[in-house]
Amino acid sequence: MRDTAVQTHPSLALHRPRWSRARLRRHAVPWLFVLPILLINLLVVLGPAVAAVYYSMTDWSGIGAADFVGLANYQELFFEDPSFLSAFVHNVVWLAMFLTVPIAMGLIAASLLAPIRRGALFFRLALFIPYVLPSVVVAHLWSSLIHPDRGVVGWLNERGVPGTDIALLGRESTVLPTIAFIDNWRWWGFLMVLFLAGMQNIPPDLFEAARLDGANRWQEFRDVTLPGIRPVLVFMILMTSIWSFLTFDFIWIITQGGPAGASEVLSILVFKNAFQNFEAGYAAAIGITMSLFVGVVISIFVVLRRRGWEI
Amino acid sequence: MNRPFGRGRDLSLTPNYVVLVALLIFSLGPLAIMVLNSVKSRAEIGENPLGLPNDFEWSNYARAWEVGNFSTTMVNSGLLVAGSVVGVLVLGGMAAYSLAKLNLSGAGALMLFLLVISSLPIHLFLVPLFVLWREIGLLNSFVGLVIIYIALNAPLGIFLLRSYMLQLPRDFEDAARVDGAGEWQIFARIVVPLSWPGFLTVGLVVALAVWNEFLLATVFLQDESKFTVITSYQNFATRFSRDWSLTSAAAVMMILPILVIFLIFQRRFIEGMTQGGMKG
Repeated sequence: MRDTAVQTHPSLALHRPRWSRARLRRHAVPWLFVLPILLINLLVVLGPAVAAVYYSMTDWSGIGAADFVGLANYQELFFEDPSFLSAFVHNVVWLAMFLTVPIAMGLIAASLLAPIRRGALFFRLALFIPYVLPSVVVAHLWSSLIHPDRGVVGWLNERGVPGTDIALLGRESTVLPTIAFIDNWRWWGFLMVLFLAGMQNIPPDLFEAARLDGANRWQEFRDVTLPGIRPVLVFMILMTSIWSFLTFDFIWIITQGGPAGASEVLSILVFKNAFQNFEAGYAAAIGITMSLFVGVVISIFVVLRRRGWEI
Repeated sequence: MNRPFGRGRDLSLTPNYVVLVALLIFSLGPLAIMVLNSVKSRAEIGENPLGLPNDFEWSNYARAWEVGNFSTTMVNSGLLVAGSVVGVLVLGGMAAYSLAKLNLSGAGALMLFLLVISSLPIHLFLVPLFVLWREIGLLNSFVGLVIIYIALNAPLGIFLLRSYMLQLPRDFEDAARVDGAGEWQIFARIVVPLSWPGFLTVGLVVALAVWNEFLLATVFLQDESKFTVITSYQNFATRFSRDWSLTSAAAVMMILPILVIFLIFQRRFIEGMTQGGMKG
């Protein structure tokens, strides 16, 4: 607009175009640099996410027209569908397992590795390696290892070792912890490296001081190491809480939610409803609900922090 | 042994090494078993699933390459990785440059937007995205999946590249600006060459994420000729689950490129992935 105004007033031509070009450079050019990635993200993430809110209130099959049904999907989800409650419980069990086992393993290994000089790089690298492997390879490798007819467990079973004749992935009582174990095998080394980096940032004189005060290993860990890595630890507890409601890959690859729904989590329900039962509207409602759980987790952390918890 | 202070426990690291070696065996043992089993015959695995192979059955690899259709899937995965890495580096690098160097009005809002976008669960937008891609003909298309990978990996890339570019001295840019260079020239000729380590880190992390990706590749590439090494292995390993030597040989071929590149660039990988974990 200003440029056209400038052209109709030759008297201003000396000053205005320069001002206008500078203005363009300052305000428009920076946006041109972010525009492509912004448009792609609107197309791939934000647009479909907003559409999901609408579709969750329809009876849409994924093809053709969608009839608006209000909150009927949510009503079915919360009050009529037993698989939703059971999947939610499995997510909570998953959360409990991942808040304890990998974090404990990561903390123990990192605090053992932190004082070591010889071979430190080698240990760090070797324990990190499972994290770079594809989930399909890890899943099938461990499925074979623990299979009672073949693999290591089968080999032990043939030699009469008690407790090795169980199909851990085929029983409703053991399937979920077993998949969590396999996922954790790949995951915990990553936590260890994060914790180790945090521990190496703790000033060494704090450890010296603890030693001079006669602190034992446990006291040193509790009073120096843990407070020192608190930001990393709290952040990973937050991320674990979020990811536990979204977990998908290992369960889908290994059991697809079976046997008899014993390893079904919310993401599996979304996948099955969308691509196997052709209930896209219902799947969208589950997706929205998962996002709400994530929102609740984040809100809890924000509220605790506002209340003055040092997290 | 009279020590004035403490119990002298700063001396003995032996217990540390014992536990760490046990954890090392836990982490690498299964991989070692996989590599050993990849050269055993099917008959031998049943007898001897743990030990060294008696005979080296190298033909397992040729058979796995053939049956697993690796000549196609490796190319497919390579194309997806290349497209996604280039896309994230170019488009993410541009955005990072704008955020770090150009006084973008609304930079704070944009950062918040990227943070929110990158924390939305995939399962929230998966179904509408699938239908949208089907409607506009991007289903079963590498371009279609690359666009999705770029969108999902760009926020992390932008955060890492932005913090890298913020550390660069302004002198070179200012000199170029005085000489009348445009912003694109400054970006392409000065800022990118100076921040190449940041670009390398982001490129490696994105390449690994795309090479290993499972869910989206399963949903968006359903044509068997378009399968990636990952989605094809899922079918292959399920079909041949009884043939452990074959699935092991295929797995070794899939992870060998990853491990070689990871070991060469391990410091950049670990730095990029841990910072990504902390920020993304």
